[in-house]
Amino acid sequence: MRTLPALRTSPTAKHVDRLMRGVLWIIALGFIAVLLIFVGAILKQGWPVLNLGFLTKMPETLDAGGGIKPQIFNSLYLVVLSLGLSLPVGLGAGIYMAEYAGKGRALQFFRLCIETLAATPSIVLALFGMIAFVQTMGWSFSIRSGALTLALLNLPVITRVTEVSLQSVPRELKEACYGLGATKLQTILKVALPYAATGILTGLVLTAGRAFGESAILVFTAGTNTSGQFPDFRLTVPGETLSVHLWSVTSDGTLPDAREIAAGTAAVMILILLILNLLVRFLDRAIRRRTR
Amino acid sequence: MLSPNTPETKPIKLSVKDLAFCYGEKRVLDGLTLDIHAERVTAIIGPSGCGKSTFLKCFNRIHEVSSAVKVTGDMLIDGVDIYRGGIDVVDLRRRVGMVFQKPNPFPKSIYENVAFGPRLFGVNDRASLDLLVEDALRKAALWDEVKDRLKESATGMSGGQQQRLCIARALAVNPEVLLMDEPCSALDPIATSKIEELILELKKTLTIVIVTHNMQQAARVSEYTAFFWLGKLVEMGLTERIFTTPRERMTEDYITGRFG
Repeated sequence: MRTLPALRTSPTAKHVDRLMRGVLWIIALGFIAVLLIFVGAILKQGWPVLNLGFLTKMPETLDAGGGIKPQIFNSLYLVVLSLGLSLPVGLGAGIYMAEYAGKGRALQFFRLCIETLAATPSIVLALFGMIAFVQTMGWSFSIRSGALTLALLNLPVITRVTEVSLQSVPRELKEACYGLGATKLQTILKVALPYAATGILTGLVLTAGRAFGESAILVFTAGTNTSGQFPDFRLTVPGETLSVHLWSVTSDGTLPDAREIAAGTAAVMILILLILNLLVRFLDRAIRRRTR
Repeated sequence: MLSPNTPETKPIKLSVKDLAFCYGEKRVLDGLTLDIHAERVTAIIGPSGCGKSTFLKCFNRIHEVSSAVKVTGDMLIDGVDIYRGGIDVVDLRRRVGMVFQKPNPFPKSIYENVAFGPRLFGVNDRASLDLLVEDALRKAALWDEVKDRLKESATGMSGGQQQRLCIARALAVNPEVLLMDEPCSALDPIATSKIEELILELKKTLTIVIVTHNMQQAARVSEYTAFFWLGKLVEMGLTERIFTTPRERMTEDYITGRFG
């Protein structure tokens, strides 16, 4: 009689398994450590500068003691404006790609365009925005030039995220909806988009964060000055943001307290991003509870 | 159960003539001809991959949603061609409801799942929706179990309850035909017997076509049975006759478990 070989998990497989667990754990830990050191250093330097005056005063051009009030406003204003421009277009394009476009060459080409736009270095977008909006349209360094160029940066990400999120909607749910006599649009609006909402929201936050921190584009389109008024909702005035301010104070060298202002500005940016992320996490959980 | 000696009194609801179905280049169904009577349960049996589910999906054209398909031949509902009779596909799907293999409730409350269909057709006032929801849940024998927790999420229910909710959801748009694609394959025996009881109740007003792998289930719930093999109809007739004196050797072999 033949004896069948015994099947035992080899000791090596178990060792490798344990080893990999350790390695992955160390990678995760290293990741957190780098982040903590980085954020810690920024907050440590910025903390002494952070006070109500710094947050609520207008900036100085030559003297020490200026604040960053209009830059905070401009940063948030530009994020909102650029998202307001790119969200409807990006959502529409994403819905089209996921639900309407055939699988043919047109879609491949469309996707290639979007991926190319997504991979375009921001300095290229910056120079494009300067030529197109600042010079050709004659809008000079202004909020509208900045918002439009920034929208180009956001657009591919929002489109892609919308497409991917919609593709992740289970087929059974869509079939259930169609099976009840729903039209395509009803299925998209009532089943697909609500299900995809958390994914789209997460993408939106990443986009907002990127737009918030973007500097190259805004140096060339929104400029390195503020209008001197607060709050200034006009689209035609220059609108220096926090990250542009961070760059301009350190590279100009006219302010005696440039180092402190840069440290404070960086700290404020990190804190705003932190708040933004927490807010979205909260929103995400609220939506998930309602739609999953 | 209908016996070979009593004449059929119910009219023909669905009529299929020489139906062929292709997914791209692949021919899944070929030369199917059969009639389905109103207020009867017709079971479709056959080994996996024989085209049962595809056949079922032809009746509400749900396969068109996700893939390019080609259908030739005639498929009539009340004498009107489903594919060419100028029938609006959205209206067709309202008239021909479907229950899927895996329970697929929407990630919404129990109430909203059932109200979903009526809302699609513009019913939005609370009183009407309440009525429709209760009616559908009663018909699906689920009302007593869920009437105190209509606001709770449907995804928290047991599998059997979810499947009955999906039936209630389909019933809420007042269909004439109910297609059931192995509705009990993911359920335990108790939940299965509840669904079977429900089928016997629902056939009083509906035409039901059910795909099943369970021979006993086909024998228990259906008046007619059709045996499919490799995309073709081998034999169809009264369930009693098919299970006692099948005409084809292949049918007998399948029913008795010699192949499949």
